Amino acid sequence: MAADESYPDELRYHPQHDWARIDGDEAVLGITWYAQDALGELVHYEPPEQGATVTKDASYGEVESVKAVSDIIAPLSGEVIEVNQTVIDAPETVNEDPYGEGWLIRIRLSDPGEADTLLSADTYQAQLADQ
Amino acid sequence: MQTLRRTPLYERHRDLNARMVPFAGWEMPVQYEGVIPEHRAVRSDAGVFDVSHMGELEVEGPRAHEFLQGVLANDLDKIEPGQAQYTLLTNERGGIIDDLIAYRLDQGRYLLIVNASNREPVFEWLKGRELPGSDVRDVSDEFGLLAVQGPRSIERLELGDAPAFTFAEQELDGIEVMVNRTGYTGESGVELLVPAEDAPELWDRVLARGAVPCGLGARDTLRLEVCFPLHGNDIGPDTDPISAGLGWVCSLDKDFTGVEELRRIKAEGPARKLVPFVMEDSGIPRQGMPIAGGGEVTSGSHSPMLDRGIGMGYVPVEQSAPETELTIDVRGRDRRARIVTKPIYKRQEG
Repeated sequence: MAADESYPDELRYHPQHDWARIDGDEAVLGITWYAQDALGELVHYEPPEQGATVTKDASYGEVESVKAVSDIIAPLSGEVIEVNQTVIDAPETVNEDPYGEGWLIRIRLSDPGEADTLLSADTYQAQLADQ
Repeated sequence: MQTLRRTPLYERHRDLNARMVPFAGWEMPVQYEGVIPEHRAVRSDAGVFDVSHMGELEVEGPRAHEFLQGVLANDLDKIEPGQAQYTLLTNERGGIIDDLIAYRLDQGRYLLIVNASNREPVFEWLKGRELPGSDVRDVSDEFGLLAVQGPRSIERLELGDAPAFTFAEQELDGIEVMVNRTGYTGESGVELLVPAEDAPELWDRVLARGAVPCGLGARDTLRLEVCFPLHGNDIGPDTDPISAGLGWVCSLDKDFTGVEELRRIKAEGPARKLVPFVMEDSGIPRQGMPIAGGGEVTSGSHSPMLDRGIGMGYVPVEQSAPETELTIDVRGRDRRARIVTKPIYKRQEG
């Protein structure tokens, strides 16, 4: 089942519909409820390699629905320390639980200060409302 | 900025919260609940599609049959009133202007149901070649068209069995409809042609009988699983039917536009062929992706039944045999696929 729309307060958001859960010098990244809803049921996740470098505002992977493919934009820079195998095996997990089981990668931050540029849940939702 | 056309069922789609997209100049539902559940409904039970955007042309007159025999690839002498035929409109180079179904309404009267995007080009092509005694009219705006498809579709509609590619005037819950035993999903089913003003009522009746509303997204994955070509993707004015595997639709022993060229291609053998394939690696093939060795993907998607990437594409004839391994360039990554025999999806019997 698809998840209900939500934007948890404890996450930080990138305007291109990505979230980060920051924990010290690490962060877990994923796509927002809005992004998965716009794409529809995900059927493929093309992840980065473990150890790869991701750069804020650049694409680090792809998610695909039946009809469309979308780049995934990194909200923060760092090194990939874990890729979510659950989503590789069952991409629809992102639709079912975009902020929980449907996370995409975990990174070690190369510049924790970048977090200051991300949006709060309220600001991100205000941006969605303007679209 | 061109205004998108709307079918008689536009309000129904809105009420069902369909995701609407522009398609061939029309504002059409791409999905309601989701492509995958809609696809599965058609494979297991029954689904209904609004295909009112398709074009309907009527060709009438004492020379209508003679006229169409000269422009369409298949042999209309093979069908009688009450029967229909899949056929092609070809240009002088043997290219495919459109693939369509011809319904023989009467000895001298045909209905052609054509692709939405080709409605005007087909009409212009035919109008410009009319014989005295054959009149071509575009009657598309007078009709709505609903495709009801799936193994339980006939049972749910209580229309009784009939052979494929036949049609009859029947009544469905008090509505007069032309029931065509045709479709684009590989399942049994019907396409219901009704006066535009009756289309919303018919839609409601079909939903009440348990058919699941399905959008163009599922229509595309369903047709691709059974290797039905899509005009504009797999076939077009620059591709010939022999290379596309549609030689069976072409009666090369009669005269029609482009037949000499098609006889030549048939005799010499085509240089490339349209083949169906299934991905062996992960990744989803998409239209336009290169196939190593000089081929190209013309249709690609995710198969809900196989749960992997599938597609069709042109490859050089020497690498077109079933079981041949292909390498597809999926946005810069080499991914392996294997040529299969048609159809890609076959129902498991028993």
